[in-house]
Amino acid sequence: MDTDNLQGAASGRPGGTAAAMPADPLSMRTKRLLWVWGFLAIPVLFYAVIRFYPTFQAFYLSMTNWDLVRPAKFVGFANYVKLFKDPQFWKVFRNTFTYLIIGTPLSLLIAFTVAFFLDRVRFMHNFIRALYFLPYLTTAAAMAWVWRWFYQPPPIGVINDLLALIGIPQQPFIRSTDQALFSIMVTAIWAGLGFQVIIFMAGLRAIPTTFYEAARIDGLGEWAILRKITLPLLKPTTVFLVVFSSIAFLRIFDQVYNMTTNDPGGPLGSTKPLVLMIYQTAFGSYAMGYAAAQTVVLFTILLIVSLLQLWILREKK
Amino acid sequence: MRKSVLLAGLVAGFSTFAFNAAQAVEIEYWQYVFETRVKAMDQLIADFQTKNPDITVKQVTFPYADYQTRVIAANMASNGPDVMQLFYGWLDKFVAGGILQPLPADTFPHDKIEKDFFPIVSAMKRDDNYYGLPTAVRSLAVFYNKKLFTEAGLDPNKPPQTLDEFVAAAEKIAKHDATGNVTVAGSTLDMTGQDHQWWREVLVRQFGGEPYTDNDTKVAYNSDAGVQALKFYTSLQTEKKIGAAGFMDEGQAAFRAGKAGMTIDGTFRLGAFSTIKDFEWGVTELPANKDGLRSNYASYFANGIGAKTSGEELEASKKFLTYLTSPEAMAIWLKVVGELPALRSAALTDANLKDPIYGPFLKGLDYAHTTMFKDELGQRQNAIDMVNRVLLEGQSPEDSLKQAAEAEQEMIDAAMP
Repeated sequence: MDTDNLQGAASGRPGGTAAAMPADPLSMRTKRLLWVWGFLAIPVLFYAVIRFYPTFQAFYLSMTNWDLVRPAKFVGFANYVKLFKDPQFWKVFRNTFTYLIIGTPLSLLIAFTVAFFLDRVRFMHNFIRALYFLPYLTTAAAMAWVWRWFYQPPPIGVINDLLALIGIPQQPFIRSTDQALFSIMVTAIWAGLGFQVIIFMAGLRAIPTTFYEAARIDGLGEWAILRKITLPLLKPTTVFLVVFSSIAFLRIFDQVYNMTTNDPGGPLGSTKPLVLMIYQTAFGSYAMGYAAAQTVVLFTILLIVSLLQLWILREKK
Repeated sequence: MRKSVLLAGLVAGFSTFAFNAAQAVEIEYWQYVFETRVKAMDQLIADFQTKNPDITVKQVTFPYADYQTRVIAANMASNGPDVMQLFYGWLDKFVAGGILQPLPADTFPHDKIEKDFFPIVSAMKRDDNYYGLPTAVRSLAVFYNKKLFTEAGLDPNKPPQTLDEFVAAAEKIAKHDATGNVTVAGSTLDMTGQDHQWWREVLVRQFGGEPYTDNDTKVAYNSDAGVQALKFYTSLQTEKKIGAAGFMDEGQAAFRAGKAGMTIDGTFRLGAFSTIKDFEWGVTELPANKDGLRSNYASYFANGIGAKTSGEELEASKKFLTYLTSPEAMAIWLKVVGELPALRSAALTDANLKDPIYGPFLKGLDYAHTTMFKDELGQRQNAIDMVNRVLLEGQSPEDSLKQAAEAEQEMIDAAMP
């Protein structure tokens, strides 16, 4: 008994020190890493639960006929087949890409032009810049309602009143299947303009003035300077804005929804983007499986468009 | 000794606590947020609680857009309401999802329901079970602007009673500018408002057709009557020019602003129109056709009992639902919300029928129909698109109607279990 006890104590003591010693082999570096990952784990876990899990769940949902109340049944690709056969989907698809393909370049062109000239304006520079930025700070829903009233037919529409003043026939704007989409696009461009102008101006300011001085000494014209120096050096800014504004146009919703609440998506769906279709399928018809399939399609489009743009950026570098 | 006294006290305390718990049953009542409805329900609950001191009712509300999702999610978590309000059109989904239980026939006997309530409550019946009963119902009528009637040389006390008179009056009231834009509408034309209901349940029938058959699961308006009804409706804008879709943004806005002689709208608009100061307005029944046939569209929110409510909560819920469907509850609801009592005896009183505003709506209830929507938003959109194809794209009414009927049938089939 006694010996046992002694042995135990004896063996315990060196053991204790031995255990303390190998604990230290965790170097400062490892310890710090553990700490860092310990803290990072919280947002990573949070992100995984809040973002990634639902995303993967959406992929699964898109293969079911879940309608919120009945238990989901696996239906394979039936939702996708239905989607690709649905003429409404192709209309919405075309609308979404019209917003993207016309909206993005047009908004960038206008933003660049404004930034390019605003950069040279000294008179009330800050004030003008603030004016351009103001719409960006305003709630999209509030803006959409103001524009909705602007676009009204006579006797209450301001734009039509102005047109009548200068003798141009009245336009139906958001009541027309041809003009509605562009009427909404104009407001979206206007709303995002301020942000793009600010970013472009920051990009312009970042170009060293020595380049311009050298070019002027060499006798280059304004046009040549713009083409040979300004635009190439502005490329990173431009690409950022292209990606940013493309995603915004692909996800356009607020303006469309608020400008045509009574007939959501405009007359005959002429302004309806994919996001609005998803919203209606999910929270109007409660066809969750079908809506998830549409979400997966939107996700794929966003992924392709973004990767394509990033790839183009790397190519030019 | 002291210990035993303490123990006795504790026991006594616990038993009174338990006694109280057995006495006071708390049940939850859910509805969506709409100021007057919430206020009316507060009053009803207060009144009910004084009559039933052993029951407390807790009102829980959600924004309309979230309401259905909340009910469904709460049901999944077995955390749903004991008594809830639901739109009659949601019943199929709520029954399929096991959210509601059939109303106990001992408290709510079927023959009594069918005798006492307006016939439209049949929309709450599935497989020989009633799943809910309304406190109040809504119907449509024509609101007309007496000032514009007088200005157009019409008698403001003799609003139109037939479709022909309706068109004639609207033509007299309508004004246009030099380029043909409507500046004052004879009547609002707004499919996104109540006109799609007017077309579906009223005009189609008045032209000799039927909107649906087989419990509203088969589209039947793809007939000559349907074409006539659609032609009549679209010609109001294209030929008779009594108004224009989108005039003043919304029909009700145009009427409010005094820029429309007439508008077809529901009881739920009474609150908004009651604040009009610039002109006097009246209400009249929806116009009849040449043979005197009238029709109307009625709808309602019903109250049902949650599937998982049982025991004393169920008994309390039965009492509460009985109270909600009593004439006195309906009187409060009419006063606060402006919706019509769902019981014939409470609705068709002399005072109500003679009321210049409630009267026409109440008369409409007797011959009203209730569309059993399978996909309410989708079916509404389909009717809007049908008219827009004619008005904006120049499609012939025949083709547009055919296209709409096919699309709607597909929609109904897809939504069926």
